[in-house]
Amino acid sequence: MSDALIRNFIIPLVQVLVVLGVAAGAVAYMTLVERKILAFMQLRLSPRRVGPHGLLQPIADGIKLLLKEDITPARADRALFTLAPIITVIPAFTALALIPFSGGGSFNIFGYPVSPWIADVNVGVVFLLAISSLGVYGIMLGGWASNSKYPLLGSLRSAAQMVSYEVPFGFSIIGVLMLSGTASMVGIVEAQQKAHLWYFVPQILGLFIFFVSGVAETNRLPFDLPEAEAELVAGFHTEYSGMKFALYMLAEYTSMIVVACIVTTLFFGGWLRPFPSVSALAWLNFGLDKLNPALPGFFWFFLKTFLVLFVYLWLRGTFPRYRYDQLMKLGWYWMIPLAIANVILTGGVLLLLRR
Amino acid sequence: MPVSGVSYLPILIFLAVAILFPVVSLLLARVVRPSNYSRAKMDPYECGVETQGEPRQRYSIHYYVIAVLFVVFDVETIFLFPWAVKYRALGLFGFVEMLVFLAILVIGYLYAWKKGALEWV
Repeated sequence: MSDALIRNFIIPLVQVLVVLGVAAGAVAYMTLVERKILAFMQLRLSPRRVGPHGLLQPIADGIKLLLKEDITPARADRALFTLAPIITVIPAFTALALIPFSGGGSFNIFGYPVSPWIADVNVGVVFLLAISSLGVYGIMLGGWASNSKYPLLGSLRSAAQMVSYEVPFGFSIIGVLMLSGTASMVGIVEAQQKAHLWYFVPQILGLFIFFVSGVAETNRLPFDLPEAEAELVAGFHTEYSGMKFALYMLAEYTSMIVVACIVTTLFFGGWLRPFPSVSALAWLNFGLDKLNPALPGFFWFFLKTFLVLFVYLWLRGTFPRYRYDQLMKLGWYWMIPLAIANVILTGGVLLLLRR
Repeated sequence: MPVSGVSYLPILIFLAVAILFPVVSLLLARVVRPSNYSRAKMDPYECGVETQGEPRQRYSIHYYVIAVLFVVFDVETIFLFPWAVKYRALGLFGFVEMLVFLAILVIGYLYAWKKGALEWV
């Protein structure tokens, strides 16, 4: 095999398969972690019959979903009905290609340098926003193709909610870009390293707006109006069953993980350990950096991402669901003006500090 | 950082694998799952009641208004991205320019607010 083929095709392909495998496993166990944490918060038992402490529960769930009958209602638009969950899953997964899982070095595998991220493009953040906003198509199409009342209402709500929160979602990142001076995901982490400052300190307002919009974008509680079971049965996926339903769930949890990864990268220094410039804290690398400088990064990245995901579950365990008009009000009357104010504030302060 | 298209190739590979994944899993499920046809299962879900009328009825105009407003605001956001990346180089000129740009946006926003376009219910 030629050198260029291995560099440009085989290595990325292996990376993609590894990331996809890890992501699928993370999603599976995310469901278990979610049920465990919610159970602890609400003083009740969590799944614990399948395997020790219920550790095999996600596998049992997966097999069950695979073996369940998959019903396409007689009235539904058959082609769109099948296509919709596929369309939802694709952008959720593809967004993972832009996430830098670690950095500061590359691995040497069979003499080829392998970076700890799949792709680093100079418009990384914009690309990520573009891909992640495509998910709304699958949800809208799914609700429409079902040709049933509850899914249609759910998908309409979902579309309006997702586009409303898309605006503050994008706006809140602008402050980070002003500080870092680059839109590359790797570049943003390196800029935080250079500045000796994680951007959640100067961009605390941006972080708040970004995270709340992210929760709304992924249709999670307390903003899970598209699938509000108290009023819309199950919202846009009421008619879905079996593997198609599983694909919707997969997409939802993958988008949650992607949002957590973006929060980690943009605001919490990505793969950097706490206080990366203080050499007295070098033991936080556990000596792994002597094997390879990129190794401890994975640990810190996944730890931070998990903490962000924990906040997701914490919100779910704490807050009641919003009413739809309250949700739209929060988005248009609070989030967007705050996001604009954040841009102006960041710009002004940066200008003053420059002198 | 390389500017050439090669850095986008891994994303394309990921896209291809991400397309394959749901297709393969749906095909696999098709092979292993049971399929027992019954007339009642094929009805649209309506809480156990007989289906009444057409599901695709008229819905609130607000959804359209929100969609139109979204297009305006989101395009404005995209214009701000390149400006934000080059902010430090632009200096005071960039700041004032952005204020003018945002002022136009805010005037439109206030107009929509006053007209009640953001009001739900």
